[in-house]
Amino acid sequence: MDHEQAVRQMTDIVARFTDYAGKHLPDDIMGKLTELRAAEGSPLARVVYDSMFDNLAMAAQLNRPCCQDTGVIQYYLKAGSRFPLLAEVRHILTEAAATATRTAPLRHNAVQIFEEKNTGTNTGERIPWIDWDIVPDSSGIEIEVYMAGGGCSLPGQGKTLMPAAGYEGIVAFVFEVMTTYGVNACPPLLVGIGIGGSIDVAANLSKRALFRPIGSRHPHPRGAAMELLLEKGLNEIGLGPQGLSGTNSVMGVHIETAARHPSTISVAISVGCWAHRRGTLRINDDLSYEILSHKGAQL
Amino acid sequence: MKKILTTPISDEALEGLSAGDIVYLDGYLVTCRDMPHRRLVDQGRPLPVDLRGLAIFHAGPIVARDGDDWRMVSIGPTTSMRMEVHEQEFIRQTGVKLIIGKGGMGPNTEAGCRDYKALHAVFPGGCAVLAASRVEEIERVEWLELGMPEAMWVCRVRGFGPLIISIDTRGNNLFEKNKRIFNARKVPAIEDISRQVRFIT
Ligand code: SF4
Repeated sequence: MDHEQAVRQMTDIVARFTDYAGKHLPDDIMGKLTELRAAEGSPLARVVYDSMFDNLAMAAQLNRPCCQDTGVIQYYLKAGSRFPLLAEVRHILTEAAATATRTAPLRHNAVQIFEEKNTGTNTGERIPWIDWDIVPDSSGIEIEVYMAGGGCSLPGQGKTLMPAAGYEGIVAFVFEVMTTYGVNACPPLLVGIGIGGSIDVAANLSKRALFRPIGSRHPHPRGAAMELLLEKGLNEIGLGPQGLSGTNSVMGVHIETAARHPSTISVAISVGCWAHRRGTLRINDDLSYEILSHKGAQL
Repeated sequence: MKKILTTPISDEALEGLSAGDIVYLDGYLVTCRDMPHRRLVDQGRPLPVDLRGLAIFHAGPIVARDGDDWRMVSIGPTTSMRMEVHEQEFIRQTGVKLIIGKGGMGPNTEAGCRDYKALHAVFPGGCAVLAASRVEEIERVEWLELGMPEAMWVCRVRGFGPLIISIDTRGNNLFEKNKRIFNARKVPAIEDISRQVRFIT
């Protein structure tokens, strides 16, 4: 296969995967929603969960995006330093996003800043958003595709605290955001929390936290404990599906961290809505690929 | 037994319904979000659809051409709170009886629902394919120059729901009530966790 052919082939794979990820939720989210649905007893919460599952089944059957807001397209990468198409990746992902927008079809969600015009292609300045992690000595690439909807992007916030506020300040901030903005972001929510020394670091980590499989834990025992405490505490508030009240509030709480400056603690929150359209695709150097997030998926 | 509201909806049909009840809609549902609200209330332009006794949906649908007709592909609710500033006056002028959207609305809409006998209800967010499947026919479209999401799509629906009543004709507000409960539960939860995360010593 020559270089040009390879670029075309990878574009095609990523485009079809992006199309697919707008129509099917990943396995871990489906599992968690099934569990949360079973825990609800009130007729209100039940009727909402029934609607969600009916909707997902119909979306799959009719091959349509499961929520009308297919979001801004973001790709988070773990790219092998020896992946042969490394230099073409931005071009490939941009083409793939535009193609999926036509084939799925996805809603047009890229408005150029200052011009205030929708490009109509889901591509624009720095969009699709691409986040890079380079993996030394690997020759493959792992692509996380995410559709950031408007409703679930709205709660996204950050704050830089002084150390005197402590981790207690982080807890108060998380609860504040969840009870004000979280209610309208289509709960049950996946809560991503980033903690670091400055706001940019915390914000990036809070989004990355949303890509961890549900139920995975922070490597530090205190981090893992804090995730579980927040999960339990937020569930006790009982936002329920769509904020209509119920047994639970969240699908999970994930914390990602970076060492901080001694004088600051920055915290940021990103949330994923129940229609958490995230997909993980691994492509090898020979362009064979594997879908890690949706078992048995056919592109 | 499913409770069904059929358009034209009378004041009497709404009387026995309370915030938290679940209903379904048969009849006419017209999409109506930011722009038609602004045109009617701020600019005084008459609406091209008579909404008396009908239902509106805060939603921007995806619609496909089907020969000479239109077909509903996907239609999900958008955040109702954006229409809060206009809704009381909108209800007064149009005589609309059922307002469907996502999330709660505020004191303006409460007053509108109470004074002119109307309901606000939520359709589960993110369930756009399910909602589209309940649209039997798009009868016509008005103000298409506003673009697909903002145009007024006049739809005939059957069994459209579940619709969870968030504001009833007495002005009771389900989301406001929930908000007070959530805030009360928040305080002990924060205290309890804070005691266990004093990692800076
Ligand atoms: S918050 Fe999520 S499920 Fe709800 S409307 Fe937005 S994208 Fe769809």
